[in-house]
Amino acid sequence: MATLAAPAFAAPIERSDGGFLSWLGTTDHKRIGYLYLFTATGFLLWGGGEAMLMRWQLRAPNQHFLSAEQYNQLFTMHGTTMIFLVVMPLSAAFFNLLVPLQIGARDVAFPRLNAFSYWVYLLGGLFISVPIIFNAGPNGGWFGYAPLTTTTYSPGLNIDFWVAGLQILGISSLAAGFNFITTIINMRAPGMNLMRMPMFTWMAFVVQFLIVLAFPVITIALVFLLFDRFFGTNFYEIAAGADPLLWQHLFWIFGHPEVYILVLPAFGLVSEVLPTFSQKPLFGYPVMVYSGILIGFLGFGVWAHHMFAVGMGPIADTVFGVTTMLIAIPTGVKIFNWIFTMWGGSVRFTTASMFAIGLVAMFTIGGISGVMHSSPPADLQQTDTYFVVAHFHYVLFGGSLMGLFAGIYYYYPKLTGHLLDEGLGKWHFWLNLIGSNLAFFPMHFSGLLGMPRRIYTYDANQGWDTFNLLSSIGAFIVGFATLILVYNMLVNRKRGRLAGNNPWGAGTLEWSIPSPPPVYNFAEIPRVTSRYPVWDLTAPELTAAVPHTLRGDEMVTAQVGGVSAGQMSVPADRRPAAAAGAGLHAPPARVPSAEELGIPIPYTTTKPFFTALGIIVMFGGLLLTRMENKIPGWAVLALGAATLVGGLYWWLTSPLEPEHEHAGAHGAAPHHAHAH
Amino acid sequence: MDSFAMPDVIVPAAGVEHTYTTTGLPHRKIGIWAFIGSECMLFASLISTYLIYKGRSVVGPFPHEAWTDPSTGHHFRAILNIPVTSASTFVLLMSSLAMVLALAAVENRDKPKVTMGEKILGSSKLWLFMTALLGTTFLGFQAFEFTSFVHEGVSIRTNLFGSSFFTLTGFHGAHVTAGVLWLCTMLAVDFKRGLGPKDALNVDIMALYWHFVDVVWIAIFTLVYLIR
Amino acid sequence: MTSPESHHGQTAAALAAQGHLEGAVHEHPTWSTYWKVATILTVITVAEVWCYYVPSFVASVWFVPVLLALSALKFGIVVLFYMHLKYDHKLFRALFTGPLIVAMFTIVALLFLFGKVAVRLGLLS
Repeated sequence: MATLAAPAFAAPIERSDGGFLSWLGTTDHKRIGYLYLFTATGFLLWGGGEAMLMRWQLRAPNQHFLSAEQYNQLFTMHGTTMIFLVVMPLSAAFFNLLVPLQIGARDVAFPRLNAFSYWVYLLGGLFISVPIIFNAGPNGGWFGYAPLTTTTYSPGLNIDFWVAGLQILGISSLAAGFNFITTIINMRAPGMNLMRMPMFTWMAFVVQFLIVLAFPVITIALVFLLFDRFFGTNFYEIAAGADPLLWQHLFWIFGHPEVYILVLPAFGLVSEVLPTFSQKPLFGYPVMVYSGILIGFLGFGVWAHHMFAVGMGPIADTVFGVTTMLIAIPTGVKIFNWIFTMWGGSVRFTTASMFAIGLVAMFTIGGISGVMHSSPPADLQQTDTYFVVAHFHYVLFGGSLMGLFAGIYYYYPKLTGHLLDEGLGKWHFWLNLIGSNLAFFPMHFSGLLGMPRRIYTYDANQGWDTFNLLSSIGAFIVGFATLILVYNMLVNRKRGRLAGNNPWGAGTLEWSIPSPPPVYNFAEIPRVTSRYPVWDLTAPELTAAVPHTLRGDEMVTAQVGGVSAGQMSVPADRRPAAAAGAGLHAPPARVPSAEELGIPIPYTTTKPFFTALGIIVMFGGLLLTRMENKIPGWAVLALGAATLVGGLYWWLTSPLEPEHEHAGAHGAAPHHAHAH
Repeated sequence: MDSFAMPDVIVPAAGVEHTYTTTGLPHRKIGIWAFIGSECMLFASLISTYLIYKGRSVVGPFPHEAWTDPSTGHHFRAILNIPVTSASTFVLLMSSLAMVLALAAVENRDKPKVTMGEKILGSSKLWLFMTALLGTTFLGFQAFEFTSFVHEGVSIRTNLFGSSFFTLTGFHGAHVTAGVLWLCTMLAVDFKRGLGPKDALNVDIMALYWHFVDVVWIAIFTLVYLIR
Repeated sequence: MTSPESHHGQTAAALAAQGHLEGAVHEHPTWSTYWKVATILTVITVAEVWCYYVPSFVASVWFVPVLLALSALKFGIVVLFYMHLKYDHKLFRALFTGPLIVAMFTIVALLFLFGKVAVRLGLLS
């Protein structure tokens, strides 16, 4: 029982080995989270570099440091990189690291599928970002409007890389989506009922549904574009009678839920950080849950507000304007809940909490300019100007990324066992806050003065010069701040101050186990009796108002006239002493290995990697068919398909972990999942 | 609840702990249902596009009306062949029947079978084979349909109808093909070592996928073929 | 989306009641149900195709609604009986109907937006 915890300042567990093959074949959700975190950080520098180049060009009027074509590739890849290769994977890093720990599970439902998701992401990310080095990068904007992106107007390979790359990245997100839906539904520890799940896990749950419902739509839109480009179909051929709005509608049916896919995980992280550093339970937990679900549903009903300028008519404009205004309500509810969480709490200003508070402020600004767009007449003035650029950078940089930065400072010690440097962290925060406001706030003005987005240079004396100079200075400050973060992460990965189980005095389940957690996470599956199982033991006065149950898996109910009145509060002195997190104050002890505890651990396997590789080779072959001689292309495509199918069979007919060998491997089905 | 008596912390009995799931349901079945939900959106996008582009092709041939090419004077009859597709629809429906019988046979493998009827109904090999055979027959119908359409003058490049029709039905056909491969794999396992109740879950998720593909065809048959 | 409290307190009960964890509720219908369902599906399909060949019916306003209703009926029957949602855990029903509703909503909204379906709103039209 005392094995749940290591001593507060024991040396962190050394990862068993750092060999290349062990990483290539890992199925441990924490290691996969680690890979996601560092890969996405690498792409953050890459996408940030692209932004720096653009801001250098725009620092003054009439600059020709970049050509128009180079600029097109840069803004396309900046958007694509930041959305698909940075913010989504950073969120995925936290899904991987946190979801099993927060629900009291030993891994995700399908560990090998999880590894597959990561490898598809890495290879697909390289596939889509490398071409820009050879001046063949995608150049149609991150939303790649057809017919602009059809072969008539974009004959080169640029758009082919984009179409194939996004298709590949979609596979990664979908696979992860099915995996986490199953994990959250089915792997919660006894007593971890849905209304006790930490808010990050809740937001992750909503996001997985958004992913599995939104990505098929862009998959089909991209299939149409792929067929148009490679097989001469007519989906986006206006001369054949095609509708130029088809792509826009399909894209934004995906694109708007995507906005919530990007921001909800950050909301979840902030909802973890703020209670800890206010030493108060999250204010209005059920309302936070319901507003998250409502945002998810409404998110599918607002897409056409991206298209007011195309002229859809008064009815469509009205409907989508109204739904857009509606979705601001649950979002605003969250802002107020965070403020009331801090209200009256003893707020500690660490880097993590400063970034979280920064999100609340910055996202509010982005949210308000968002509501401005919901009115079609106002939107007509703002659309395609720098005002919109300002809006979505406040939402995605001030919102998503600042939330994710808060998450990095907060959870890095859980992942590595070492704290990040707080001094450097504060430098990062302040430079980041000042720089991003200096970069993005003036864009509101340059936009309202009429500066269109995506122009590669501009003439002097239009009133934009000063604003652009300020934006450029701000952008470079942000770039420098990001380097501080990366330096901090690299230097303190193994040398930072030791964290112990619970460096921040947090209340949720992941803080009851050692940092970094042992491969099996929980020596014994915990039994959860409230929303803050760790606080129940360390600071019961904090959780007095939170519903409790005695044993975890049953409701403590009061009968009122034969009707159950639901959960009641159990006084601290009557709570079971040995709840989850028992042994928090246990004496120093060695953390036993999985073998010693008899916990089966999935085999290390490279099969998911090779299956992922097959997909990339397939799409590579497809692109090669654009050559004069089509034979090599089709040969490579066939090779990729064979690797994919062979890899799948090889994977699905092999057991996940030792125990299954005796149970009789019944995994012959070509289904991508093998139960844990 | 008392039957689940536990020590103070959480120590479900060894063995139980490993297969413990919150809902008592197996992971893979939840996974396949989430996948099917996602597929709903995939086919919704394809079907929407077909319907949006219906009647918007600039040139023929058309699915439900005859058309004379003004430049060549060549006459094309209405393309869709309802009798053939009705037959293939029936075949796919019957494959779903064979699939549920295969699942029932796997689940009841250990029950004694005496009469000829019980033996036939209880043969998972027979019903898996029948499902795969009917699925392949459906694909044969589709291959016949596609080639005859191309011969009659409508390919995936001809017009909006051709593009959206071949892509929609082609995606469905690709799903059927994947299902047939899955069925054949399962049949091979059945021949190799016999499928029993412990394999019922694997057959069940395959059956769910197969029926979903059938259900999509039900929608396609009405929306594409019958409604003019 | 599952309802937030739906699994509360049933974890141990589920474990205890099931004995094994295959999860599928084994009250699947039997052969007699299956062939009756197949017969009904065949009859509906025949009715649909028959509708197609009656010119006066094709010309009437009932043609499209009747065909849609018939195929929805077939859809429902297959999902309820062959995919045994009628007998299975309500979680699976939620996992299927939620996305199905979003999908139907999307199709209908797109048909409106592309002018395939129109509502006459008096003043606005």
